[in-house]
This record gives sequence, C-alpha cells and structure tokens, in this order.
Amino acid sequence: MNPAWIILIVVAVIVLLIIFLYNSLIRLKNQVKNSFAQIDVQLKRRNDLIPNLVETVKGYMKHEKETLENVTRARSAILKAKNIEDKAKASNMLSDTLKSLFAVTENYPDLKANQNFMQLQEEITGTENKISYARQHFNDIVMVFNTKIQTFPNNMFANMLHFKEEAMFEAKEEERKNVKVKF
Amino acid sequence: MTRLMFDEVRGNKIRSWLLVSFFIVLIGLLGAVIGLVYNNLYLGLAIALVFSLIYSMIGFFSGGSMILSLSGAKPVTKKEYPHLYHTLEGLAIAADIPTPKGYVIEDSALNAFATGRDPKHASVTVTTGLLKVMDRQELEGVIAHELSHVKNYDIRFMMLTAVLIGIVTLLSDFLLRSFLWGGGRRRSSKSSGNLGLILIVAGLLLAILTPIIGQLVKLAISRKREYMADANGAILTRYPPGLASALAKIAKDPDPLVDKANKATAHLFISTPFRDTKGFVNGLFSTHPSIEERIRRLNEM
Repeated sequence: MNPAWIILIVVAVIVLLIIFLYNSLIRLKNQVKNSFAQIDVQLKRRNDLIPNLVETVKGYMKHEKETLENVTRARSAILKAKNIEDKAKASNMLSDTLKSLFAVTENYPDLKANQNFMQLQEEITGTENKISYARQHFNDIVMVFNTKIQTFPNNMFANMLHFKEEAMFEAKEEERKNVKVKF
Repeated sequence: MTRLMFDEVRGNKIRSWLLVSFFIVLIGLLGAVIGLVYNNLYLGLAIALVFSLIYSMIGFFSGGSMILSLSGAKPVTKKEYPHLYHTLEGLAIAADIPTPKGYVIEDSALNAFATGRDPKHASVTVTTGLLKVMDRQELEGVIAHELSHVKNYDIRFMMLTAVLIGIVTLLSDFLLRSFLWGGGRRRSSKSSGNLGLILIVAGLLLAILTPIIGQLVKLAISRKREYMADANGAILTRYPPGLASALAKIAKDPDPLVDKANKATAHLFISTPFRDTKGFVNGLFSTHPSIEERIRRLNEM
C-alpha cells in the first residue's frame, strides 16, 4: 500500500478521535453547568426563605440577637460571592448559623408550636437537604469531567481544546474550621 | 459512581430485550400449538402475536396508573405532605431524574413502591404507616431505594414482565380450554392419531409450564434488583445505615400485610407485602431477598 494512504488513514483516525473527545467533553461541561444551576436554584430558594424566618423568630427571641445577625450576614455573603469557592464557603456558613438558630429555638416552646415557624423550619430543612444533594451531584460530575481531561491520552488534547479543570463546590478544609458560630 | 448507575441502566435495557424475546418465543409456541389445535398453525401464530402486541401496548402505557389504583394509592400534593416531597425532590436532584409524583396508601403496614414506564412518568408510593414511623434519614433511605428503581428502569422492566406474564397466562388458559372443547373434535376428524396425541401432551405441558417459567424468571430477576436498588440507594444518600435501619424497622413490623396488595403488585414493594414466608419453595417463589441479608449487605458497605 502507498505510504501516503497509511499516513492519511492515521491522521483521519486521530481527527475522528479528537472530534469524539471534544463532543463528549462538551456534553460533560454542559452537565457541570446544569448541575451547578441546580445548586444555585436551591441556594436562592433558601435565601428567599430567610427574611421570613427572621421575621417570625424575632418576636419570640429576646437575647439571641447575634444569632439572627449571623444568619443575615451569611445570607448576604452568598449574594456577594464571586466564585464557586466563595459561594460554597458562604453556603456552609449559612448552614451552620441556621443550625445554631434552630438549636436555640428549642428553648422557646411557644415559637416551636407556631404553625408558621413549623412550616418554615420544614421548608428550610428540606432546602438544606436539596442543597447538599445538588452539591453531591455537581461534585460527582465535576470529578468525572476532571478525570476525563486529566487521563492519557485525553490530557494531550484537552489543553489544546481549552478545557480546564472545574472547581468542586466545597470550602477548603482550613476555612471550614474557621467558620465559628457564636451562641 | 455515576458510571456504575449508567452501566446498570444499559444492562437493564439489554436484559429487558432478552426477556421480551424470551416471552415472544413462548407466545409464539403457544400460538403455534393453539393454531395446530384448530388446524391452522400460521393463523394461530399471527393472532397470538398481534393480540400480544396490542395487549402489551395497552399495558405499557396505562400499567402504571392501573397498578396505582389497584393498590389503593392516592396522589398527594406538596402542601399535604411537604416532608415526603422534600425528600423526593432532594433525592431526585441527587439521582439526576425528574421528581416523581408522590402517592400515599392509607395503611399502617410499612411499605413503599415505585412504578411507571420511565423516569419522566414515574411515581413513588409510600404507606401512611411508613411516613409515621420512619425518621428523616430512614425515609431518605427508603425513597433513595425507590428512586434507584426509577433511574435503573427497573420500573419499566417490572411492568413489562407483569404484562408479558399476563399474556402468557391468558394464552395458556385459552389453550387448555381449546383442548377441552372445540379443538379436540376438529383434530380427531383429521384422523392423525399419533400426531394428535403428541400435540395434546406437548400442548398440555406448554400450557401448564409457561406461566410457571415466566414467574420464576421474573422472581429471580426481581430479587437481584432489590440488592442493586439497595446499593444504588446507598450511593445516592451516601449513608447506608439510613436504609439499613429502615429495613430493620420494616422487619419488626407486626402487621406487614398491605391490605390491597396482591400477587400482581407484590414484586413492586420495597419489602414483601405478605406475611413472612420461609423455606426452599417459598424462597424460590419469593419476590424479595430476606431482609436480614439485605441489612447485612448494607452494613458491609
């Protein structure tokens, strides 16, 4: 066989492989984007519920002003977050402050019997769970994507095609410890 | 982990096709014998196949709602059961499927099942007893198990099997009746004594055995699926003890009988809706592996 033909076939195979790789990376990247949107939806939902919660709780709580302020502060930190890591950090902080707020409400039987409060608590707990499931799903997809562009031979082309590693939705370990909640 | 799920979905689709082909052969055999009894092999074959096609189409598209109404499940809104819906929505996000519709059976027994032809047309049913007894993590375990059935297309597979077994049973019944009535007379007029006898014996065997074979195939596959759904459920919640503790509560349920469950819907439930049955024959005919074994496997994860 003519050597020119062999070279042509080899080139054609490589081009085909790159096309397949490119398409599957695009698919994965869209999944990453979509699953991040899922987190965002739930974060927004939780943020929307909080003013209502603070309003309901305020009337009952006399001494825990700081707990409430922490919640509000964490809420606005999420709105200000620029990148995924800041968002994850702020989201964790809000989860922690909410946890301590709900812990404090145990001391107020009247509040706990309040129909509105009970509904809000269920709604927020449900949303918290959804956030963690959305995050879990997002991190799974990011891991699949990152593994794909890091493994051989994909890593040779991924760079060429301008695919970069995606960040997972999580706060760095030491930062997580720094989030202190005061009672 | 996502990959594990994906492989199972593909495996399930292949198994579904194998199952369907297996049943097509059974239906073809039954149709051919019925045809022979009436002296027209091809007509019998054609009628059996066309009838089965129509019957399974109807079953496939309305099976889900039929099962729901058979088991006395009522659709519920998010307002009535926010707790149930939050769990469904959260785990649906984790499993990356649309949120299934929630249904409730008014029954103190602890049980749940999922049904529908695909994740877009799926529903999850729980008993009111289950909602009352399980804490949040246990309920999540149960719902995650059910959503794994949805995501793996087990629900489609199980519905398909139920419909196909229904068809085979109907045809076998028809064949038996043909021997008793009209068919026999016509055949004897053809005066082919030996062949007639063989036909009768083969036909009888076929008529008696096919529904049993169908059942056994379904049950064997169903038990394997329960383990898989347990494992995939644990992948969704990342917390195997939740489902393990839910199953332990179900095992201790003093009244496991779901009033409106019957043999046709039994294989759908998370644990068998009948009283506990033991022994080899019961084991062979059981839709579910033993709860103790399932808990043991979950604890090992």
